Amino acid sequence: MADETKPSKQQSKRDFLYLTAAATGAIGAASLGWAFIDTLNPAADTLALSSTEVNLTPIEEGQAITVMWRGKPVFVRRRTAQEIEKAENVDMSLLRDPATDDTRTQEGHREWLIVVGICTHLGCVPLGQKPSEVRGDYDGWFCPCHGSHYDTSGRIRKGPAPKNLLVPEYTFVSDSLVRIG
Amino acid sequence: MANKNREPFDNPVIEWVDSRLPVFTLMNKEYGVFPTPRNFNYFWNFGALAMVFLVLMILTGVFLAMNYAANENLAFDSVERIMRDVNFGWLLRYMHMNGAHFFFAVVYIHIFRGMYYGSYKKPRELLWLLGILIFVLMMATAFMGYTLPWSQMSGWGATVITSLFSAVPFVGESLVQLLWGGFSVDNPTLNRFYALHYLFPFLIVGVVFLHVWALHVTGSNNPLGIEPKSSKDTLPFHPYYTMKDLFGVSVVLIIYSFFVFFAPNSLGHSDHYVPFNQLVTPPHIVPEWYFLMFYAILRAITFDFNIYITAGLIAMGAAIVPLYLNREKQLNFPPIIGIGVIGLVLFILGFISQEAGGKLIYMPFAEFKLMSAKLGGVLAMGGAIAAAALMPWLDWHPVRSARFRPLYRFFLIVFLIDCVILGIMGAKVAEQPWVIISQLATGYYFAFFFVIVPLLSRIERAKPLPTSIYEAVVKKAAVVLLVGVIAVSGMASSASAAEEAPEPPHQEWSFDGMFGTYDKASKQRGFQVYREVCAACHGLERISFRNLEDLGYSEAQVKAIAAEAMVEDGPNDEGDMFTRTGRASDHFPSPYANDQAARYANNGALPPDLSLIVKARHHGADYIHAILTGYEPAPAGFQLNPGMHYNKYFGGHQIGMPQPLMDGQVAYADGTKSSVEQMSHDVSTFLAWASEPHQDERKRMGLKVILFLCFMSVIMYKVKKKIWKDVEH
Repeated sequence: MADETKPSKQQSKRDFLYLTAAATGAIGAASLGWAFIDTLNPAADTLALSSTEVNLTPIEEGQAITVMWRGKPVFVRRRTAQEIEKAENVDMSLLRDPATDDTRTQEGHREWLIVVGICTHLGCVPLGQKPSEVRGDYDGWFCPCHGSHYDTSGRIRKGPAPKNLLVPEYTFVSDSLVRIG
Repeated sequence: MANKNREPFDNPVIEWVDSRLPVFTLMNKEYGVFPTPRNFNYFWNFGALAMVFLVLMILTGVFLAMNYAANENLAFDSVERIMRDVNFGWLLRYMHMNGAHFFFAVVYIHIFRGMYYGSYKKPRELLWLLGILIFVLMMATAFMGYTLPWSQMSGWGATVITSLFSAVPFVGESLVQLLWGGFSVDNPTLNRFYALHYLFPFLIVGVVFLHVWALHVTGSNNPLGIEPKSSKDTLPFHPYYTMKDLFGVSVVLIIYSFFVFFAPNSLGHSDHYVPFNQLVTPPHIVPEWYFLMFYAILRAITFDFNIYITAGLIAMGAAIVPLYLNREKQLNFPPIIGIGVIGLVLFILGFISQEAGGKLIYMPFAEFKLMSAKLGGVLAMGGAIAAAALMPWLDWHPVRSARFRPLYRFFLIVFLIDCVILGIMGAKVAEQPWVIISQLATGYYFAFFFVIVPLLSRIERAKPLPTSIYEAVVKKAAVVLLVGVIAVSGMASSASAAEEAPEPPHQEWSFDGMFGTYDKASKQRGFQVYREVCAACHGLERISFRNLEDLGYSEAQVKAIAAEAMVEDGPNDEGDMFTRTGRASDHFPSPYANDQAARYANNGALPPDLSLIVKARHHGADYIHAILTGYEPAPAGFQLNPGMHYNKYFGGHQIGMPQPLMDGQVAYADGTKSSVEQMSHDVSTFLAWASEPHQDERKRMGLKVILFLCFMSVIMYKVKKKIWKDVEH
């Protein structure tokens, strides 16, 4: 019996050694691999540049401007009273992605609608910023790629897009200056 | 075809693939059961090691390329961004930079292994040639990679090496313009070098594939140099050599990690951290250590080939021709020696007639030049590699291993020493006695290949060979390995050339050594000195205000510091540039609008940007400290130019900057007494941090990595021992 147990004991010791060796190699390779993959994440300077300030003074009622934030267009629109009213009086059950206009604008600054100008369908920039451009069936924006219609609160109303236009984080530094990001 | 005698696999998925494309059969044949001589010593690890470094270089290179910009205006900055902002960017860059050194070191040992054990001999000639081709491709790749940071060393290294081609008769000038894509090393050069630097490694992979293929046709050589005769002489490659290689790899990775984490710039040059300036060449332009040997041969040819030198070379060439002819017959020495000596005398006469402006001796018609020194140097350098490629045909001695050829072994070891001497000479300033030493060493280099090796092929009597590998098993590689390592480190340490100013005295720094970290209080005080004194003239453009959090400031403090600075921004909606208060993400604004304005304001001297100054100067922080404390009254008789100041440690002792620090100039917030000594120490610490902000993190990670690799080496050694336990070797 003693002769039989001895080799099996050695066997298991060897197995343990091999497993340790394999595990060590795997841990080493995985740690190094993470360093490589992490280089692809946004770098420190990219992260630091994540806010931009917009001067609102030159924007007239009914006009809109596009500013660049994190490499994306942001639509800043000064809405008319009529447009605000339209946005506020919508039956929530008609919306694909229900959200009241109050949650998409800020108290005291209801005339300002600030949204990321990227269609939530496949990433095109919707039309409707310039007076010459089509604004779709709901007077907001119209995406030329696959025909999504957004309303005056930037909510999806018609077409393939699943979500409302994204509202970025922003704060009013003063009545005429807003910081996005 | 291979399908016919394929053994089926148990695993159905593997079997399914393998019956359609027998990759697993191939892998098993070439890396599993492949019969390998049982008597390899650790020298045979270096092929696998070279492969590991090739893969490491390609992987780090591809990821670095994703963050690099090949443009003259962006390249240097993008490299600095990799070092400072990209996650683990510093790690990848230091791995790549030091990986090149290790790749060459490993390959040099691999080549020497081949020469020592006669691995180039029949039937492995093509294997050897492919190896030389890999080496040449590596040199090209390394050279082009060296230009990419677009530093002073990059630009001027590229200028010197590409100018080698101007030595080509008739078309030289146009050839160089073709290489440059312009009239100097410029943006087009950088662009093409980047493209080629990305391409060449994959060519290397291709040739490595052929190299390994050729190896698997002939089988490996071994320390005894005799072919395995039976299965008793061989072992399957796996697990015996896979595990031995893994052990070797773990050990070398420990040394490599030491360099990457604790001395990442020790093999490089401080001018590599100064942006390329097409108007100023650095005073000492030295290639990387792995090129020094060839660089020394290039510079050894200081003489034009006049008729005497040419005739001498022809006579010496004629003298050795009989060595290669009628190999079965006895050599008739008197005419060979006679013609050889005549050739040598002619050569020396022709050589001396050019020394000291031709004043030593007068030789008639010596002014007839058949070839310029410049072309001669380039040909000698190319010839040095070509000679190595010819090795299989220069050495036809039937015995492979130097172990049984005492004479060959002696001359080969002298050759190794000769190469090291050449390497050391390559790093020296081109002055006597270094020039004559490199000329003699170059002479031995070529004599070894074209005279000694063929002569020994004819006359050397080898010691009796064992009849089979199994019979004689020894290993003594560690000694020779050590020689290699010492040689490499000897060359690396001699690569820094002498400077005329006295060496700055070494200071005690908080960040010295493997465990040293930046002293936080000193960094903050140093920042205060920078802000209140240096910032008036010196920029710090690679540092952002947000980086100051590293100094121990809170986010709010950083914002407050940033808000004190005025930053130019714009254009605004009216198209005008405007200034605004700084934000954390802004870089430190430069005190001057541009270099011209800076020069104009400072008597023509440009106050350098300080963000990289510690890395960009030899002796680093010690140098900065020495300059700040080195102001003295000029010694009697010293001619000081108007507007200049005397400084003991500045090259040439004349510095445009007046003594910047006076006792008590800064009121330290923490109450430390602000002596010149203290302020210099603090600001040097701060600037060391600015040059290398990730140093603390790097060292911490390095300790972990080295501990891990030590553990892994022990485990791999145990695995190897276990596997080899029943094998006599």
